[in-house]
Amino acid sequence: MSSALPLTPAPGAAPTGARWWAQARLEWRLLMTNGEQVLLTLVIPLAVLAAVTTLDLADIGTATPGVMALAILSSAFTATAIATGFERRSGVLKLLGATPLGRSGLLVGKVAATLAVIVLQLVLIAGAALLLGWQPPAPPLLAVIGLVGLGTLALGAWGFALAGLLRAEATLAVANGIFLLLLFAGGTVLPVDRLPGPLAAVAGLLPSAALGEGLRAALDPTGATTPWAELAILAVWAVAGVLVAVRTFRWE
Amino acid sequence: MRYAGRAVVDGLSMTAPAGALTIVLGPNGAGKTTTIETAEGFRAPHGGTVRVLGLDPRADARTLAPRVGVMLQSGGVWPSLRARDMLAHVARLHADPLPVAPLMERLGLTHVARTPFRRLSGGEQQKLALGCALVGRPELVFLDEPTTGLDPASRISVWAFLGELRDAGVTIVMTTHLLDEAQALADHVVVIDRGRVAAAGTVAELTTGGPGLRFQARPGLDVAGLQATLPAGLAVAEPVPGQYRVDGPVGPDTVAAVTAWCAAAGAMPTELRTSGSSLAEAYFALTAAREDQP
Repeated sequence: MSSALPLTPAPGAAPTGARWWAQARLEWRLLMTNGEQVLLTLVIPLAVLAAVTTLDLADIGTATPGVMALAILSSAFTATAIATGFERRSGVLKLLGATPLGRSGLLVGKVAATLAVIVLQLVLIAGAALLLGWQPPAPPLLAVIGLVGLGTLALGAWGFALAGLLRAEATLAVANGIFLLLLFAGGTVLPVDRLPGPLAAVAGLLPSAALGEGLRAALDPTGATTPWAELAILAVWAVAGVLVAVRTFRWE
Repeated sequence: MRYAGRAVVDGLSMTAPAGALTIVLGPNGAGKTTTIETAEGFRAPHGGTVRVLGLDPRADARTLAPRVGVMLQSGGVWPSLRARDMLAHVARLHADPLPVAPLMERLGLTHVARTPFRRLSGGEQQKLALGCALVGRPELVFLDEPTTGLDPASRISVWAFLGELRDAGVTIVMTTHLLDEAQALADHVVVIDRGRVAAAGTVAELTTGGPGLRFQARPGLDVAGLQATLPAGLAVAEPVPGQYRVDGPVGPDTVAAVTAWCAAAGAMPTELRTSGSSLAEAYFALTAAREDQP
């Protein structure tokens, strides 16, 4: 068996940008071709938007920011935790961590792909909401970007921490369980003041509620405001999540 | 290296020469993977020094990553990713990678290029993982049991490939349980047993058990007759019926004398071997004490 392959060593890393781009594109493709992940991040939020408005549980102006918060929760937290958990088990993190991509490249790719999915989610939800008669105010753009960015970081860091702590199957179960819990009682879709009293007091401090309440304030049709308290809560969760993830994450 | 306080690899000292193919042998649980993974930087040693290409595998991980190819004992690939896409992805992380399609062809994976990793057979998964370790054109590769699960034809094909890589200047360090593989392939063999190096050297060095010749033939042949035809310094014996040995400095003449003597007796010599012992015999001798220890 003759070989035309140039077998002499020629080691070298691709440029950093090329490595990160390759990883982000692959992560995006893996997310978009995984049926369960698409169900979780695109189908469920759109179905919740349709259900909430059809059943008149909330008006479209309240429901849309809530569903946006839910969408961010689904990709930043649940999808990240599940995907990372299985990547840890299958040895992907271990192997790619030893290539020129490195652990930093794995993180960059994951964050970039997740942000891309979130942009797609927000565009689709906004489009669907507009079709359903949503009339958004002119939002404080920086506040919205800050909420989405901090929310993604806070929820993503905790998703990562979960994936590093538990086995892949346990991560799957817990991440989905927390998603359902926060969907109904975490102040995402339904405003915190609609929750039962004692729950409302606790829920208000959750990252899901901070994101939901923050987006509802920033996109309030009767007068958009910058939700400083919610931004602060998300920042605290983000710092805590990153610290916990850095200290506890195991790559294999 | 200690796991849960138990020393798994302790006081192990070995060197893999540059440009050579080094094979690490040892029973299950001897510490082969632990040793390799410490060199790969996956594990931090509790003591001692590890140098890979003159660098520290953990502190200098970023410098080493493009220069070192890694094949894990299993896994490392997204289960849903197609074989070709995984190899192409790892190639994209490198500056001057091997062309993906010819590499797939060389590994015998072209027919499963579009098959998701989880649907590949065990052997195909192994070959893809090997490709991922090689595609970046590293100067050093660590391969953890690269031929486990391969069919015999694939195994021989991989041996040939690894031999070519070594000849092209790639330093190879691999583990295996296959003694014939080590005998056929290795420039340098390290036998690890219970976390220590039991022996290290070339196959020839490990198998010198005194020069001689061994063969099997019909029992009860005229040993004295053969002895008479051989020069002094060679001793003929049939220690076990049908198992003959000639101890001493054997040469081509000795082999000719033995086969002529067999032909005269109308006997067929089989398993004729001129090394002192096979690597298998040396290996079992080195690791045999294991069973006797409490």
